[in-house]
Amino acid sequence: MQPDRTPATIPADARRRFLNALRRALPEGALLTEAEELHPYECDGLSAYRQVPMAVALPDTLAQLQQVVRICHHHDIPVVARGAGTGLSGGAYPLEDGIILSLARFNRILDIDPANRLATVEPGVRNLAISEAAEPYGLYYAPDPSSQIACSIGGNVAENSGGVHCLKYGLTVNNVRQVKIVTADGELVTLGAETFDGPGYDLLALINGSEGMLGIIVEITVLLRPRAARTTVLLAPFDDIARAGDAVAAIIAAGVVPAGLEMMDKLTLEAAEAFVHAGYPTDAEALLICELDGSDIDVDAETVAVKKILHDAGASDIRVADDAAERARFWAGRKAAFPAVGRIAPDYYCMDGTIPRRHLGKVLERIGQLSGQYGLTVGNVFHAGDGNLHPLILFDANQPGELEKAERFGGDILEACIEVGGTITGEHGVGIEKLDQMCSQFDSAELTQFHAVKAAFDPKGILNPGKGVPTLHRCAEFGMMHVHHGELPFPELPRF
Amino acid sequence: MQNNDIEKQLQEQVKDAAAAGEPLRIRGGDSRAFLGRAVVAPRMLDTRDHSGIVLYEPSELAITVRGGTPLRALIDALAAEHQELPFEPPSFGDESTIGGAVASGLAGPRRPWNGAVRDALLGVKLVNGKGEVLQFGGQVMKNVAGYDLSRPMAGAHGTLGLLLEVSLKLKPLPPASVTLVREEEKHAALETMRRLYQRPGNLSGVAWIDGLLHLRLEGYPEAIEARAAELGGERLDDADGFWRSLNDQTHPFFSGDKPLWRLVVKPASGDIDPPGEELIDWIGGQRWIRSDEIPLALRRLAASHGGHATRFRGATEIDSPFHPLEPGLMALHRNLKRALDPQGLFNPGRMYEGL
Repeated sequence: MQPDRTPATIPADARRRFLNALRRALPEGALLTEAEELHPYECDGLSAYRQVPMAVALPDTLAQLQQVVRICHHHDIPVVARGAGTGLSGGAYPLEDGIILSLARFNRILDIDPANRLATVEPGVRNLAISEAAEPYGLYYAPDPSSQIACSIGGNVAENSGGVHCLKYGLTVNNVRQVKIVTADGELVTLGAETFDGPGYDLLALINGSEGMLGIIVEITVLLRPRAARTTVLLAPFDDIARAGDAVAAIIAAGVVPAGLEMMDKLTLEAAEAFVHAGYPTDAEALLICELDGSDIDVDAETVAVKKILHDAGASDIRVADDAAERARFWAGRKAAFPAVGRIAPDYYCMDGTIPRRHLGKVLERIGQLSGQYGLTVGNVFHAGDGNLHPLILFDANQPGELEKAERFGGDILEACIEVGGTITGEHGVGIEKLDQMCSQFDSAELTQFHAVKAAFDPKGILNPGKGVPTLHRCAEFGMMHVHHGELPFPELPRF
Repeated sequence: MQNNDIEKQLQEQVKDAAAAGEPLRIRGGDSRAFLGRAVVAPRMLDTRDHSGIVLYEPSELAITVRGGTPLRALIDALAAEHQELPFEPPSFGDESTIGGAVASGLAGPRRPWNGAVRDALLGVKLVNGKGEVLQFGGQVMKNVAGYDLSRPMAGAHGTLGLLLEVSLKLKPLPPASVTLVREEEKHAALETMRRLYQRPGNLSGVAWIDGLLHLRLEGYPEAIEARAAELGGERLDDADGFWRSLNDQTHPFFSGDKPLWRLVVKPASGDIDPPGEELIDWIGGQRWIRSDEIPLALRRLAASHGGHATRFRGATEIDSPFHPLEPGLMALHRNLKRALDPQGLFNPGRMYEGL
């Protein structure tokens, strides 16, 4: 997995001139160029891939940041913005002929406006820190990616991060009101507004999930929500994963929109139980975790309705957590699912496809087949409410060829998601990781349209180039059998 | 509901227009034609024959529907499954289509609690200015593959592409609904709104007009009864009729010739002291104002409360009814327009000169 571009060869004197210009624009110690200083920046959460950047810039004022971008623009040097570096798709993977622009020093909470339920923050602020700052007002920031103690809000916007409460409260894009960006040529532009809508095109929606390729995010105003009066979590074990899937559909069909609805398969629930002792029944084939929130009366009514649905769908021994400690325990296993799986195998590779919920059975069956075919074990964690599937492929990177095998397996899972009308990434982004699968989800006209949009914001192509959207050339080389919108090319040909 | 697929013909019409270099005015029901600047184009493209549901699985809480589908028929089809569009689109006539409702980006009284059009817009199939049929997003809630070119179609008034199909997130219909009316002067009502905005609990509409504060409560019957007892006030008999009259602008406030302005401000802005009659919706976040005041005054007023002003109806001389954009932002608008519609075929000038 590599960015879709050929790195430029920069003559030594041009490089020196460029670095000198940066040095002049930045305070002492804010430009890193020595190998040992660059080392911590060589990868993000997709840690199997590493690359040392030419330099790392750590501006601490907007003026410095704009100057850095202008210098890069002038010298045609790529800029890779980086928040906390927790992204899972290589969005902040460095380019050898480019710089990392770290937003780490932009870590101030600028304003909490409880009356308008808004928080204005710098991009390096941690996701959870926003809710902590809003807590005294009974407010919180809803999107909660599992990395929320570490990940930064700027990265959340760049990736349009999700979490476990998206069905009811939306993704990052639904919870951000206004973003200030620095454009590729160093201008400051405000997208969106602090109000319920903004004038002109919804460029705010476009910047969400654009993976640092359209602008550098320098300030964010998010929507805060009032804490619900009450929250209840139900734990429902099933002896058949398909029945758990049916229960999910039945809950939604009954008109209940749970705050969270998660599913774990046997492998992941066993691993989680062994790791954090959440009290999960390890004899179950699948576990549903359903969170309901609202007023006391709402939660009571929904709890009765959901319990009946779960029971009718075949859940045995349903448990209800009302107090905070037990709720936290029910969630602990789910939230620790990834590291828990990490304990039972040397390495794991986390996928992020999303599917229409009704195809869950079919896709899980396909994943099972592929698991046999590749000889690699897989565990499944599923944001069941919104159809976002996280298969965790277990492998051993020290065995030659296993990483590549795990990646091919993962690629096949994503193809299966596309075939049922889903998508290759629900919340982790494309980065460098899923460039090949982009060739399957989109046709050449659509990819060309994406490139035109990129050029509209960044004509010189200096912002995180080679990520997110593959070139047509790469797709041609990838040479895969192209499944588009569920249709194979040359449908008249027999296939075996 | 008519089920009719004329995608190929619509695509051909765009290709022909592109070949001739002749712009198109896109129309559905034409019920929103009054919004924005007048479009002068040699060709017209009518979407109404492209209608019907493409895919609707109620348990997915999502639907894919053709752009020319009548809004009324869509709402009825969803109601049959006890579901609705979260953004409560206004309808300015029986002819309104879902394509127009999405393109205009207007949301109804429940917007503060259930999101804008763009929040429900999960995917689109469109024809771009090169006559290519492109698909972005889909029916799934979470989708971050490629740039989000779906949501920007909401509120673009058809200037970025021809909407063939839209995929929308749905919500269940509430089990019960009650609207309370309380006599409150504007300042008191704004203070109530400010307080309620920070408190969760079954609200789905808060509007003030003529000394009356209207509070719509939705949810389980027991829950809204309890909340109604807390809040107090008279129960409104024809509550649906009232909220529809606000949303569809059939309420007497909206009659007459005086220019109608829509100011979107931060909800807790308090009394913005507008130069004319005022109807307050969106729990303080949307102010409808009837005023002959010069546009600049209303723009400044909105901006001073963090927002923007649109001249919604009425004939003032004006560059654009929409709020002017900062030069840097306008440059990005022009570039994006060119990326999707290089020849400027779609609804030229509908929003701003040159877009």
